[in-house]
Amino acid sequence: MAIEKFTYDNKIAKYFANATIVWGVVAFLVGLIAALELIFPAFSLNLQYITFGRLRPLHTNAAIFAFVGNGIFAAIYYSTPRLLKTPMFSKTLSLINFWGWQLIIVLAAVTLLAGFTTGKEYAELEWPVDILIAIVWVIFGWNLIGTMLQRRTKHIYVAIWFYIATFVTVAVLHIVNSIELPVSILKSYPVYAGVQDALVQWWYGHNAVAFFLTTPVLGLMYYFIPKAANRPVYSYKLSIIHFWSLIFLYIWAGPHHLLYSSTPDWAQALGVVFSIALIAPSWGGMINGLLTLRGAWDKVREDPVLKMFVVGVTAYGMSTFEGPLLSLKSVNAISHFTDWTIAHVHIGTLGWNGMLMFGMLYWLYPRFYKVKLYSKSWANTHFWLATLGMLFFAIPLYFAGFTQALMWKEFTAEGYLKYPNFLDTYLQIRPMHMFRAVGGVLYLTGAILMVINLIRTAQSGKFARFEEDEAMALEAKTVKEGWHRRLEGKPVMFTIFALIAILIGGIVEFVPMFLIKSNIPTIASVKPYSPLELQGRDIYIREGCYNCHSQMIRPFRSEVERYGEYSKAGENVYDHPFQWGSRRTGPDLAREGVKTGKIYKPDSWHYEHFVNPQKTNIQSIMPPYPWLARQDLNIESTPKKIRAMQSLGVPYPEGYDQQAIADLKAQAAQIAGGLRSAGIEVADQTEIIALIAYMQRLGTDISSGSQMVNK
Amino acid sequence: MSVIYFLIGVGVLVAGGFLFAFIWAVKSGQYDDDYTPSVRILFDNFKTDSQEPEKQNSDQPVNGKSKEMEKSNNNKS
Repeated sequence: MAIEKFTYDNKIAKYFANATIVWGVVAFLVGLIAALELIFPAFSLNLQYITFGRLRPLHTNAAIFAFVGNGIFAAIYYSTPRLLKTPMFSKTLSLINFWGWQLIIVLAAVTLLAGFTTGKEYAELEWPVDILIAIVWVIFGWNLIGTMLQRRTKHIYVAIWFYIATFVTVAVLHIVNSIELPVSILKSYPVYAGVQDALVQWWYGHNAVAFFLTTPVLGLMYYFIPKAANRPVYSYKLSIIHFWSLIFLYIWAGPHHLLYSSTPDWAQALGVVFSIALIAPSWGGMINGLLTLRGAWDKVREDPVLKMFVVGVTAYGMSTFEGPLLSLKSVNAISHFTDWTIAHVHIGTLGWNGMLMFGMLYWLYPRFYKVKLYSKSWANTHFWLATLGMLFFAIPLYFAGFTQALMWKEFTAEGYLKYPNFLDTYLQIRPMHMFRAVGGVLYLTGAILMVINLIRTAQSGKFARFEEDEAMALEAKTVKEGWHRRLEGKPVMFTIFALIAILIGGIVEFVPMFLIKSNIPTIASVKPYSPLELQGRDIYIREGCYNCHSQMIRPFRSEVERYGEYSKAGENVYDHPFQWGSRRTGPDLAREGVKTGKIYKPDSWHYEHFVNPQKTNIQSIMPPYPWLARQDLNIESTPKKIRAMQSLGVPYPEGYDQQAIADLKAQAAQIAGGLRSAGIEVADQTEIIALIAYMQRLGTDISSGSQMVNK
Repeated sequence: MSVIYFLIGVGVLVAGGFLFAFIWAVKSGQYDDDYTPSVRILFDNFKTDSQEPEKQNSDQPVNGKSKEMEKSNNNKS
């Protein structure tokens, strides 16, 4: 076997690293604006494109898929060739991966701000973008696995295993969760409804954390920490054990996002058990990362890269301890729907993801440009700004979470809610939200400092695009076999490809059929939405109301007392998508329309409140939605939507699509007429009428004196 | 609720795929040596402008191992 010479191309890794920086700053900035909007609603400038409901999905998508996404691609495109002693499989695929991913991000930003959303958290992008993501992702995987097949090291280093797990699982998650029926070019309905949709969504949502924010970043950790510290990982054996146990456990933990909801108890219990078990492999990773620095702590004192890695890995340990804790039902009863969750995820993203990305970037740029980092002391300042920013962010939110949850649950001696007005419980935590914004400013400032530092670093050197290396050929290859023949020689690769193919085919064919059947209601009085309500619901989704309002009353005395009868699984069978929400910045709306209910408001109140919430209550932090009273509803889309719902199994009568517009107009005229007699001048065809119709429908199906029918 | 059976099916498929990968990895000797790989990644023999290639041949596991093992054994004790 001869020694072979080959060349690494740093171009794509550098592109991705640049993109990580740019999108990182964007994600932090958007997050900061969203945080300010929660304190001062005026920050939305009365513009429909930047209300909290639209900015928050942009923030989460930018942080996860643009910032961390580009970061893990940078790590993968830099480390994979070096670990496998071969250049990347294809320069063309690499370029498509890069530009395709940036195109997805830009499309995401534009469509989300314009209000095109599926209404499912972290999967808000509409179907054309979903398809693009699937294509680019498969191209990435093709490139990754192609590189593996031409490797010159027999052993596959643990980081590569993490990358492979990322590719395979994210592909499956994305495809399963994004099966939707298009209604128009930028509007679709998920095939799942209600409880089904919730289960699929949080199976996806949790594993997006697991396989997008965790496994690839662990792979990054296993390459860059040993490199930066110049010592081997503490225990390679541990890295193998915790890799396999992590991926086997993670995929089952999703239902812990739905504790005390109307999902089946046994599914919730399953999620809890696996979540607790996850402590072991998660901490295996943290211990391995930290102990790699044993005997090298003097380096940590000096080197900002290692400092960031240490805080990052520690944050990983903290949030993976906290996660299982939050999965316990008794803790979740308090933490769910509060800021505790927000604090938890930001320890993960600001601490674990952010710090590892920053450390990697500070390590990579001097190597890209063959110079020293422009300013080490700036990097140290960044380290402190980021660490303090994270703490200023999370700690006040922990207080806020506890405070608000306890206020929601507090009763007076006479048995009434002590804080019946929801707004009081928000105003109490407003100062903590101000601290959170300070944390955000610190974190953003640090990132901007990094941008300047890295630009100066780049300017002081010359980009070394190619690096030569040499290694023995893996084995005497029978020259140039077809790719398929080579694939057959690798049972694992073949299985992975086959698995993906089967999943895509199988899922698309049988899922809709299979699910629609089980969507048949078990509550006889639950009826499909009227055409106007359906349109109103789509506006509710478009404006991102679910980002602040839940629609899931948990079976606690405090919630039943505040909102009304607790939510039943059978109530959501026509909800494509479900809108249970995950954070109550505003009150729950599941029983908003119940006339005899706790929180019922007349049409005229809703009108005034949508147009100017501060008129109804001066301290309200809901942004005004005056455009709803100006913009006309797209009535023509109604028959199409009805037909889409019918093919998803919603039992509208045969041919109802022809009658839908007339029904819609009649109901709108009725509501608008009522408003006019209350002295409000409003046109029948405005969007606000549809939204009010939806509000008044919420929760009414089982509360209007009908009986439950249990099949 | 039937979607949960579907999700379990998908989960089992994914886990099964990984189980297969795990068995392959063990059988093909990936984990026979659970120390050297961690050391090997530390050696880069990239040719940069100033360095001559001959000196940099530490990439081969056998060569790299002895020196580095000594070092880290010293650390352990």
